[in-house]
Amino acid sequence: MTMLVLEDVHTHYGKIEALHGVSVEVKRGEIVSLIGANGAGKTTLLMTVCGAPQATSGRIILEGRDITREPTAQIMRSGLAIVPEGRRIFSGLTVEENLHMGGFFNTKSEIRQSQAYVYELFPRLKEREQQRAGTMSGGEQQMLAIGRALMSRPNMIILDEPSLGLAPLIIKQIFEIIGHLRDEGITVFLVEQNAHQALHLADRGYVLETGKIRLHDTGKNLLKNPDVQNAYLGG
Amino acid sequence: MASNNYRHAVFCAIVTLIISFPILGLNLEAQGVNITLTGAKTSTIVAIFLAAGAVFVFQAFRDSFSGLLGKLPKLNPLADKEPMEQSKRVKLESWILTGIVVLALFWPFVVSRGSVDLATLVLIYIMLALGLNVVVGLAGLLDLGYVAFYAVGAYTFALLSQYTGISFWMALPLGALLAGTFGLLLGFPVLRLRGDYLAIVTLGFGEIIRILLNNWTSLTGGPNGIGGIPEPTLFGMEFGRRVKGEGNTSFHETFGIAYSGEHKVIFLYLIALVLAVITALIIRRFMRMPVGRAWEALREDEIAARSLGLSRTAVKLSAFTIGAFFAGFAGTVFASKQGFISPESFVFLESAIILAIVVLGGMGSQLGVILAAIAVTILPELAREFSEYRMLIFGAAMVLMMVWRPQGLLPMRRIHIKLNRQE
Repeated sequence: MTMLVLEDVHTHYGKIEALHGVSVEVKRGEIVSLIGANGAGKTTLLMTVCGAPQATSGRIILEGRDITREPTAQIMRSGLAIVPEGRRIFSGLTVEENLHMGGFFNTKSEIRQSQAYVYELFPRLKEREQQRAGTMSGGEQQMLAIGRALMSRPNMIILDEPSLGLAPLIIKQIFEIIGHLRDEGITVFLVEQNAHQALHLADRGYVLETGKIRLHDTGKNLLKNPDVQNAYLGG
Repeated sequence: MASNNYRHAVFCAIVTLIISFPILGLNLEAQGVNITLTGAKTSTIVAIFLAAGAVFVFQAFRDSFSGLLGKLPKLNPLADKEPMEQSKRVKLESWILTGIVVLALFWPFVVSRGSVDLATLVLIYIMLALGLNVVVGLAGLLDLGYVAFYAVGAYTFALLSQYTGISFWMALPLGALLAGTFGLLLGFPVLRLRGDYLAIVTLGFGEIIRILLNNWTSLTGGPNGIGGIPEPTLFGMEFGRRVKGEGNTSFHETFGIAYSGEHKVIFLYLIALVLAVITALIIRRFMRMPVGRAWEALREDEIAARSLGLSRTAVKLSAFTIGAFFAGFAGTVFASKQGFISPESFVFLESAIILAIVVLGGMGSQLGVILAAIAVTILPELAREFSEYRMLIFGAAMVLMMVWRPQGLLPMRRIHIKLNRQE
């Protein structure tokens, strides 16, 4: 049962090739972590999955459907949700309105249900319901970004650096929630610089280096791998 | 700090002298065929030096002045007030809008003909500003060529009436639709552009339309414009002294009243009023619909909006099309009001004024935009007594306004949408 497959994907920015033939597989119901240094192409890989920019060659298959050439809007409406890097919540809108934007293409009753579900997951957001999202702390904003992505009831959620700029305690909470999402049957594709925690949580992991997959193994094995330890876990 | 202030003040005073002395202090006078340079009267020279002195004093003690201003909270009594509750605010805003409309309904019957004419122009600007407000205020796309769509609407009516003898009521939807189509067409190439780049391309588009109208002499008459555009009729009744259209009757004969030129002016005004109200209501509706939220989402954060599955293409094109549609509306009314149009009415300055209305009113706020449209159109008329200084006063008023309230007259407060919980 595969959720998402990337087969030998190449992506270009103009004439510069950013991904040199990347193959990744995410199975249904697992957490897969992608780690790599700055500029390795992690975000490019995610954006390619979302179709912006589109892959120049190779194939991307989401739940058995080839989405390589589909426009972004269509991909994002088909059971896939992304929490973009740097949260990107609508700071002028209230928490509730942000969540409603997440369920833009759903019916009112669906929105009502998913909203209740998100509040259950993040009771903090319920407290802040009518507050302007931009006035909240970084951790709360990250919760909101995840909550907003969950509003469309995705089968798979992609998280781009959810720990960016957050306090260790908050990071721990966020990762707990991510583990909880898997228990609920949502497939998680996690892109992180915070390799230790990401691999700890993940069922499997990939290491991306300058646009190529260098290693791929279970999360536990990668944590023990001396190369990974040297390069990403501080020896 | 203090010495720095003085140095700055001296500099400002000298600049004042340099600027004002050649303009006011030296006069060119025609003596026969020759032009001679003469000095101005002593009083003018004294005035120039007094002005420089005033500039010096103001600049030197600027800090204390602004300190004093800060101690005057009564200047703007609403500044520190808590924002009103949403339900109250929405109610108040609808009451004010209804009040303005009711007042506007009775307006033409109590004031002079010139005022009604001016008020019609205000209404046309309100329509334009409400339309541009969708593009700039809500969708956040800086459009400097908005006047092009206004021109498309006006010329659609003018050309169709010239070549096919179409009536105002037929031309109204056609002009708006054609302007909307142009909005859609312009939307495609500029989809990927944002901010400054978008502004420049739309600016270019506005000029293209104007230059095309100016040079395509065989079709549009070029700079000579198109005249004889018919006035609107009321169920086949014309407002002129003599009936021009076939099968039409005249208004004053049908009702057995004496002919008066005012009927026509008032009728046009009322049409503009109805159309402006319709424009406001439709756009208000759009703002609360998903498409309105999509515009705002795209303005706030394009990447986030796209990550939620919103199509950038659809959202931007809809904003451009709807904005252009109402400009076409306004253009048709304008052509009918003037009876004559030429490319000169659709210069860049018009775009700039409409944009100024939107910014002055507070981006996105309907009531604010309406008030600003009234202010911006009427202010230059009120200042007419000052003749050549009237644009100067207008400019100064705008600068003061932006210093006093950079966010606009009535900045948009978003309507927070709540979902009723089901028990």
